[in-house]
Amino acid sequence: MAQKAKSNGKVNGHHAHHAHKTRVEATINGEMVEFLCEPRQSMLEVLRDVLELTGSKEGCLTGDCGACSVIIDGRTVCSCLMFGVEAAGKNITTVEGLADGAKLHPLQQKFLEDASLQCGICTPGFLMSAKALLDRNPNPTEAEIRYALAGNLCRCTGYDKIVHAVLDAAKAMQAGG
Amino acid sequence: MSESKNGHYKVIGTRPIRHDGVDKVTGRAKYGADYAFPGMLFGKVLRSPHAHAIIKSINVEKALKMPGVKAIVTSADLPEAEDSTQQVGEAAMNPRYLSMNILAHQKALYDGHAIAAVAATSPHIAEEALRLIEVDYEVLPPVMTVDDAMKKNAPILLPNLRNKEEGDNPTNVANHLQFKRGDTKAGLAAADFVVEREFHTAMVHQGYIEPHNAVGIYNSDGQGTIYCSTQGAFDVRSMCAQVLGISVGKIKVVPAEIGGGFGGKTTIYLEPLSLMLAKKTGHPVKLVMTRGEVLRATGPTSGSKIKIKMGCTRDGKITGAEVWMAYEAGAFPGSPVGAGAMCLLAPYNIDNFQIDGYDVVVNRPKTAAYRAPGATNAAMASETVIDELAEKCGMDPIDFRIANAAKEGTAQIVGPPYKRIGFIETVEAIKNSPHYKSALTGKNRGRGVAAGFWFNAGMQSSATVNIQTDGTASVITGSTDIGGSRAAMAMITAEVLGMDVTDVRPTVADTDSTGHTDVTGGSRTTFATGMAVYNAAQDALRQLKERAAKTWEKKPEDVKFEDGKFSAEGEGIKPMTVKQLASRLARTGGPITGRAQVSTGGIGVGPAFAATLVDVEVDPDTGKVQILRATVAQDAGTAIHPSYVEGQMQGGTSQGLGWALNEEYFYDSKGTLKNIGLLDYRMPTCLDLPMIETAIVEIPNPIHPLGVRGVGEVSIVPPPAAVANAIYKATGVRMTELPMSPPRVLKAILEHRRVHDLQAAAAD
Repeated sequence: MAQKAKSNGKVNGHHAHHAHKTRVEATINGEMVEFLCEPRQSMLEVLRDVLELTGSKEGCLTGDCGACSVIIDGRTVCSCLMFGVEAAGKNITTVEGLADGAKLHPLQQKFLEDASLQCGICTPGFLMSAKALLDRNPNPTEAEIRYALAGNLCRCTGYDKIVHAVLDAAKAMQAGG
Repeated sequence: MSESKNGHYKVIGTRPIRHDGVDKVTGRAKYGADYAFPGMLFGKVLRSPHAHAIIKSINVEKALKMPGVKAIVTSADLPEAEDSTQQVGEAAMNPRYLSMNILAHQKALYDGHAIAAVAATSPHIAEEALRLIEVDYEVLPPVMTVDDAMKKNAPILLPNLRNKEEGDNPTNVANHLQFKRGDTKAGLAAADFVVEREFHTAMVHQGYIEPHNAVGIYNSDGQGTIYCSTQGAFDVRSMCAQVLGISVGKIKVVPAEIGGGFGGKTTIYLEPLSLMLAKKTGHPVKLVMTRGEVLRATGPTSGSKIKIKMGCTRDGKITGAEVWMAYEAGAFPGSPVGAGAMCLLAPYNIDNFQIDGYDVVVNRPKTAAYRAPGATNAAMASETVIDELAEKCGMDPIDFRIANAAKEGTAQIVGPPYKRIGFIETVEAIKNSPHYKSALTGKNRGRGVAAGFWFNAGMQSSATVNIQTDGTASVITGSTDIGGSRAAMAMITAEVLGMDVTDVRPTVADTDSTGHTDVTGGSRTTFATGMAVYNAAQDALRQLKERAAKTWEKKPEDVKFEDGKFSAEGEGIKPMTVKQLASRLARTGGPITGRAQVSTGGIGVGPAFAATLVDVEVDPDTGKVQILRATVAQDAGTAIHPSYVEGQMQGGTSQGLGWALNEEYFYDSKGTLKNIGLLDYRMPTCLDLPMIETAIVEIPNPIHPLGVRGVGEVSIVPPPAAVANAIYKATGVRMTELPMSPPRVLKAILEHRRVHDLQAAAAD
């Protein structure tokens, strides 16, 4: 039985006795990444707490709000519903990997121009779901956009300006923007 | 950037990209849960599984022995808090009750009431430790509705609660308030038509996507810091000071980016716990709620029961109204029944009325503010009854509203007359909308309209405008930016100083770095903090003029400022831009800092009105209501950034539609909340809604230097009544319960058919 440790300023590292960690390799935002995680840690927790990619947000942990949406091998996934260990060998894109260096993705640009965010907490998830949509359907109708984004909740905007931004981004991308 | 269309301003009325935008689309913006510090611990909260129970004992020994567990706090760690009523931000606050809500003292009063908090080296260990805490409960019968709570011999939640009317008898009725004018009985007797109905509305949650969070740091020198997502850092500071028995000067609150609030983040839950655990462990401690905790244990808004009787003459003049309303406060006093009472007749000029409101405690979470608190429930009652009266008179429901409309000079519900308001223009904007002018065809479809009123709170705000040496500026306020207010503050600064909006950097500062500023709430930020920013920018401009005067050896009053240039009459005087003048600050007297504080009071000083038009289709076999089209009109006074004004209108409408159709708290007979996830607490998705058309009305607010009215709240008020009125047109059924979910609508349709069939059979 481990003695209760006195505070030593290094508490983050010292619960290794409690759960074994697994070494995982994955491609995240184009870079090969290695990390250690406990089997019980969700992919979202790994992104946020292990890899310090806090752009993906936790809204519910039940896959209902979509704030943690990331793209894994081309599909939108709620990272809260996936274990970190399942990332092994996968290609993952998070909101931090959406822009091309200093150049914003057209979706990011249109979200700004169309005032499609208010508090912004749902924005990373919407951007990732919208990107996955445009990757497979570059010219979606309003109905197709609403269907593709129905797994992402926004409480601030009423969705109007989000749907407009996706329509506008599709147009800009078609025009080569 | 677009050009301003309002004809008066260069920057105000344009649609620049918000200053915090790039951070928010790249994932860089730091919300409360995104903060991490070296040596940080993680906290979790043990919550009562019972709605009403005496806590006989709490044993934390086993949990404390678990490896990785560093500290546990219970109400025994809280000092005795003062039993008094104090004004904090928008709402009255009793420190004793606040303390009892942070950690249950002696009694658990709702499912989810916090009992203890654990700090451990990982959130998983903290969560496991919760299971090792032993609590001995004596379960009491729960009181879940206002009807049950107001019964004689009802179980009593708070043994010390008294009200004026019941003397020294324990009660669940915290307050009875009344607003009266004229002779209500005579008014109703003079009516040609009287409608009397009873309404029930369900408890609903704000539903912000970001759960509550807090990181507490407590240094050995007695200085504490809290990072959290809050609508009011200064309120968090004063509330934590009250609950923890420490001076406000010992706490710094750093407002993180906030992921929605809608009123729900104007009080404290985790913040004092983070500080208590940080003090006990000597480490930073982070707590983040789960969604289940948010639904069970933060402040939703009241469910309510409202009885209303309203009469009018044949030609459509309202003669009197009698209203009885009881709101669920949750476990502690403080429902928004008073605000509801002040709102439900506010758009109209009515000579005779009596409104009785009751604030009732029940075994549900303590309610918190939710966007125009109290007004939406109330408008469901008044605005559907008005629709019915208009129909009886054979009048268009908009014309009926115009015929009874409040205008400048009309006495408000609380007495003083309105200054210039834009209610008539707002409902006229609906009448002139493409939506209203379009035909609605098809079976099972109907169109409904409703209106709403909400205040602009004034209260206190501070602002600082610094002129930089390159002629740009920073503007610093203490108002949490929840929906784009930083852009508005920068735009106001840029307008006054003749700058490009991109040359102004807006900042939301912590409680050490700016003057006291009340909550972002009450539709007050662009109104009151905007006023402070305007005055601070004017103060900076005044000082710039003094510097120009000094340079030119003129009097400050001889210096003119036009089109971004300072000038004066005189030989050899060349106009100077702000940039040119700013480069000389060091030589002309040093830095320029414009400062202003405002403290604006007075209820209804510049209120806001909205009106909503909706088309629905009702499935007669399932009762499901689909929104086909929605338009919202609102008086913004002056729209600073029209896109974000529209955003508030659309967002409020969307929340109102969710309230209308699906959202509700489901408790079982034991008082346990059954829908603790976002699958079952059913908020609108983008598949549920159409585009939401907007009509911004701009009737300048006479008490604001830029004519601003707050725009954050009122658009949530009309939608439930508008939907109910539309359902009536589609089905012939008058709905009197919220939400108008498929089972309720279907039941009403079947009952309507049954009565109709009986009448038809009797006629045969």
